[in-house]
Amino acid sequence: MTSEATATRTVTLEVFRYHPERDDAPSFQSYEVPYREEWVVLDALNWLKDEVDGTLSYRWSCRMGVCGSCGMMVNGRPRLTCNAFLREFMPGPIRVEPLRGFPVERDMVTVLDDFMGKLTDVKPWMIREQEQPVEEGEYRQTPSQLADFKQFSMCINCMLCYAACPVYEHEDEFIGPAALALAQRYNLDSRDQGNAQRQELIWSDEGIWDCTFVGECSAVCPKHVDPAGAIQQAKVEATNSFFLSFLPFTPPGMGR
Amino acid sequence: MADDLQHDLLIVGGGGAGLRAVIAAAEAYPDLDIAMLSKVYPMRSHTVSAEGGAAAVIKENDSLDDHIYDTISGADWLADQDAVEAFVNEAPGEMIQLEHWGCPWSREEDGSVAVRPFGGMRIRRTWYAADKTGFHMLHALFQTSLKYTQVTRYDEWFATRLLVEDGRCQGVAAIELRTGVMRVVKAKAVILCTGGGGRVFPFTTNAAIKTGDGMAMAYRAGVALKDMEFVQYHPTGLPGTGILITEAARGEGGILLNTEGRRYLQDYNLGEPLDVTDPSHPQLRSMELGPRDRLSQAFMREQEAGRVFEGEYGTYTHLDVRHLGERLIDERIPFVRELAKDYAGIDPVHEPIPVRPVVHYMMGGIDTDISGATSLPGLYAAGECACVSINGANRLGSNSLTELLVFGRRAGHAAAVWAKEHPDFDSASIEAQGAEEQARIAAAYLRPREGGERIAAIRRELNAAMESGTGVYRDQAGLEAATEAIAGLRERGANLALDDHSHSFNTELTAALELESLLDVGEAVAHSALARTESRGSHQRSDHPERDDERFLRHSLAYRTDGAPRIEYSDVTITKWPPAARTYGS
Repeated sequence: MTSEATATRTVTLEVFRYHPERDDAPSFQSYEVPYREEWVVLDALNWLKDEVDGTLSYRWSCRMGVCGSCGMMVNGRPRLTCNAFLREFMPGPIRVEPLRGFPVERDMVTVLDDFMGKLTDVKPWMIREQEQPVEEGEYRQTPSQLADFKQFSMCINCMLCYAACPVYEHEDEFIGPAALALAQRYNLDSRDQGNAQRQELIWSDEGIWDCTFVGECSAVCPKHVDPAGAIQQAKVEATNSFFLSFLPFTPPGMGR
Repeated sequence: MADDLQHDLLIVGGGGAGLRAVIAAAEAYPDLDIAMLSKVYPMRSHTVSAEGGAAAVIKENDSLDDHIYDTISGADWLADQDAVEAFVNEAPGEMIQLEHWGCPWSREEDGSVAVRPFGGMRIRRTWYAADKTGFHMLHALFQTSLKYTQVTRYDEWFATRLLVEDGRCQGVAAIELRTGVMRVVKAKAVILCTGGGGRVFPFTTNAAIKTGDGMAMAYRAGVALKDMEFVQYHPTGLPGTGILITEAARGEGGILLNTEGRRYLQDYNLGEPLDVTDPSHPQLRSMELGPRDRLSQAFMREQEAGRVFEGEYGTYTHLDVRHLGERLIDERIPFVRELAKDYAGIDPVHEPIPVRPVVHYMMGGIDTDISGATSLPGLYAAGECACVSINGANRLGSNSLTELLVFGRRAGHAAAVWAKEHPDFDSASIEAQGAEEQARIAAAYLRPREGGERIAAIRRELNAAMESGTGVYRDQAGLEAATEAIAGLRERGANLALDDHSHSFNTELTAALELESLLDVGEAVAHSALARTESRGSHQRSDHPERDDERFLRHSLAYRTDGAPRIEYSDVTITKWPPAARTYGS
């Protein structure tokens, strides 16, 4: 075999390493991985884990951009690694780190407790004064009523938006983009009547008003959920509601 | 060992079936102490990847009997008809319930839920949320589950063993992944909702987590795995990655073409093609809307005839949706477009999608009755890990998402009742079993070992054995080779050498434990397939090409032994639909 035939193109991965049982501080470890046109960063990590270093730790599952497990910082940007192709970053090196803004459990595995708590806090379930019995069939919802909230229902909880959010990085209390978008998803759903119950938290200082509208959350969202848009919408609603509270009557077209 | 944990009811697995079981038990018995334990956060579960839809009779032109017949004939008569009747009868209520919980179903102009055609269904009855139905169902269920404060979640805990005493399941041993500590979680009843084991094959739509852990735990505890030879190849996966291109692409009118541009399904008893501009295209139960087993088999025969494309990642045919137009594609199957662009490098608006059959689903699983109960008292199962059976020898597309709801709820209720009636634990004994399990895992994996095997090497060989022996077409020689290979891999698997002997989030350890599960699942599949010397549904024996109702209108039951599994059989329940020829396209 000629040297040309055996020569394999490679790329350098600089991988964040931290092990709580062993390390005082994180460090970076460099690995050479085979370059393949169709490989994503996750493929390269899996190759390393299988063939080179079984101690490398990270989460992944569906490898098709819908389970939300494999978010990491790739060359400083939050990405789903199952959808970040090596070819985007050639000739390398490619730096892989855990999502910014979250405590690190080990290597690229972050602690999700805070995010999971905030998801629950916004009451992301149908709230109704009266449940319609199942026997009476489905609630009617026209395609245009569905379109009012559909975009905000597309969130896969990958947390890239939190990693991109400059407010969340410094203010732990901030509910953050995905959870606020989820609240808005239910508030805008014609079947839901829980707006008032969600308002207290959403309109609080930890809610929408903490957002300084940098818009990075929407820029990095792999599913085009546009959490920044959700937050802006909620701000407008809150402001309208505030001013409406001074009026002796509800103007036509502004009834809630 | 740290303090033990104790609940009335424990659900293992946080996908669609597990969440539905949790909600059912919590609603029926608000005072019940419920726990859900999963190796991933619930919203990461593989239900999330289901695309096309969920079947339930809702429209006036449809009938329960039609859905029942489609399911039974689709199953090549191996489904239990009492189970199918219960499934179909309860499906509409379950789907409406999920609608009430907020699932964003696609709609008709009048605000009623929309339905689309699906393979093997003679009437349109598949509810959908564009082409992310599983994703929306999972998130609606998970978000709804958050309001039940009596539910304790053990997210990212890996269950490794059922704890059985006095002939009764009383909990599990599980590793808390964050700390690596093995814990005993006691429960008066346990429901396994751990999904299938498609990862035993190399080329699959299944996510990495689908390693058959629950099936393997039940199998090791003496419960039979039923009908494991029936493995569904979905006809349209992307070459290379195996990423699923939903059947909804064909439900909306997509067609399959060979290298000659011919809609080759017409050559395999699936009917006559109508022109794509014909208002009656696509025809139900015909051509591209035939059942998955028959379509995947047709591909293999086209391959033999040399009428498939050769690509860098294997052979393929074309799935063409171009005639649908950009607007409809973006409205109905936007995820198909996204996936094809990202992972096949083509835009289906302008080019056909390369597709080939890919392992998708296991019809078989833990043997349960119609309420989800297994032969082990206190142990229940629901979802893909279970075999009730409504899917028989071939599942129809869009029946499995509904199955999660119907049988998740049934198992949730039945297990809750059992838990209330059996309050006692044999604590000392199950704690001892937990300690034993901890010692076993530490000895097997957490000590340095010279010259051991790498996990990936064993897994690769297992994958290869399954693919060559238990693919779409099987024969005795190939199956015997697979069973021998698996037996050898089992021995070598006992000598793994891990790089990682630490505790915190040791994903190499979980990979080793998952490999144990895969070996169990693979063994059950291969031996069950070897024993069934007939062809039925997805199980095609080229050396026994006919269906043999006389000998094999029966469920196989694989029991684990120290050597090869023992295969027994049980009767199929027939109520009103006697076995008949399975015809499509007429």
